[in-house]
Amino acid sequence: MAPTATGRYYLPAGLPAPVAEPDGLDRPYWDGTRRSELWVQRCNRCRTWQWGPEWICHACLVSDVGWTRVDGRGVIYSWERAWHPVHPALKGHGPYIVVLVELPHAGGIRMLGNLLGDPQQVVTIGAPVEAVFEAHDDAKTPFTLVQWVCEPQDAAGLGPRRPRRAI
Amino acid sequence: MKDRTLRGKVVLAGIGETTYYKHGQAPASEFQLALEAILKACHDAGIDPREVDGFSSYSNDRNDPSRIAAALGLPALRFSNMQWGGGGGGGSAAVGNAAAAVAGGVADCVVVFRALAQGQFQRFGAAPPVATVAGELAMTFPYGLISPAQRFAMRVMRFMHEHGVRHEAQRAIALASYHHAQANPRAVMHGRPLTAEAYDASRWIVEPFRLFDCCLENDGAAAIVVVSADRARDLPKRPAYLLGVAQGSEHRNAARAHNAPLYATSSFTTVVPRLYDMAGVTPADVDVVQSYENFTGGVLMSLVEHGFFAAEEANEFLRVDNLLAPSGRLPLNTSGGNLAECYMHGFELVIEAVRQLRRESTAQVPDADVSMVISGPMVTPVSSLILGGEATL
Repeated sequence: MAPTATGRYYLPAGLPAPVAEPDGLDRPYWDGTRRSELWVQRCNRCRTWQWGPEWICHACLVSDVGWTRVDGRGVIYSWERAWHPVHPALKGHGPYIVVLVELPHAGGIRMLGNLLGDPQQVVTIGAPVEAVFEAHDDAKTPFTLVQWVCEPQDAAGLGPRRPRRAI
Repeated sequence: MKDRTLRGKVVLAGIGETTYYKHGQAPASEFQLALEAILKACHDAGIDPREVDGFSSYSNDRNDPSRIAAALGLPALRFSNMQWGGGGGGGSAAVGNAAAAVAGGVADCVVVFRALAQGQFQRFGAAPPVATVAGELAMTFPYGLISPAQRFAMRVMRFMHEHGVRHEAQRAIALASYHHAQANPRAVMHGRPLTAEAYDASRWIVEPFRLFDCCLENDGAAAIVVVSADRARDLPKRPAYLLGVAQGSEHRNAARAHNAPLYATSSFTTVVPRLYDMAGVTPADVDVVQSYENFTGGVLMSLVEHGFFAAEEANEFLRVDNLLAPSGRLPLNTSGGNLAECYMHGFELVIEAVRQLRRESTAQVPDADVSMVISGPMVTPVSSLILGGEATL
């Protein structure tokens, strides 16, 4: 787990906890996060990537939508820095950063998360980021959030190093 | 298929509003407020409330048409309609649905309304008190991505990034709304002028939105009576004809967790061509615009998508003097709108569009004959409409 502004978790405890949908549609995603793995949908027939999950492929309309493990690397597509606490758990906390991350190697699907590190950092659209897994093992129903950190640039400025293994 | 149009077939015959209150300060229940606005709209139209035979609303309005019909003692209810979708995206569509019912012979006199008493119910800007979330919310709430401002900030951020739009463009929209509200005694922010300095000094809600980029939260109700254009000559007020209306959104706009393929839009790109096509006008013909401000960034995207200027021209076009009645290039939100008159989910904007055609606005655009409403940018579905005076038929 990368160091965060507030210690163990990026945001204070007490925000609504995620649970898989009762119909099981997104269960492979949430189960994957518990193993520190990123799983998304990809159509078994036409190979179209799909996120968020749906029951059928939006491109070829078959129900044979498979799940694929993807590498947790992407680029910042957009971002926001939230200041006003809209939930009691956020009172006295903040600001914090939410990023929308594009996964170019997975059909350009996008994933959300917090950008870990200094909440006042300069955020650059297009900057490379990698996924880390924030396990909330002490929650009533344990869950894991996918979070994002900026990929470190090497000293020679030759671009991002190979991503660290997510923990 | 020239018959497939609503152009000129109905009039917005009567308008009614309650006093607009700060959230939680209405002295009456939401249902009472709805009834008050409906009765006022009927009175304004010179129509006996017992003639009403249909209701149309949007955004999961809580006031059931059957209960309203019972309260009003209506002899017959013929049309009950709710536009799908949250936010203010259904404001124009609800008028369009009423118009379709009247033009198609389903009903004769449909009241479109929206009532909100946020003091009585959950506030939009606060998180609902839940311990767990599933589906799309599971991908957003745990990251502190909860409120509408937080939901839309990233779309606007991307749009500003793609087109080099500066914060001053958003500021101009806020200043224009507050300027117009100072002439409008109905406005919640009447007597509370906003300066550029005060805007710049205001706190961030969520970057790129400052406090004054965000709409109010209010209590009140607003209603409009829609009848056939055949009745226009009998109406006490100058008739406002519906020229065009369109609703919808783009390809996979609702793809979960911010995966809409066309992300940095206000959702109008496929709606607008149909709007202008039905209305038979171009952006250059539009005299005055009421554009829904959930957030100023949504307005700037909406105005681009409605063809008033290119995204790359936003910094140049969105200067305060261009947006002011009576003589700006594009007088905008002339009642003060959601930012400074009242957040009646944008239905106050439809009423103001009618007022402009009647010459009753407190920030009147001289000889306004084509009056536009844009409802609920960035949600899905969105909608917009164009009204015209008799000369436009």
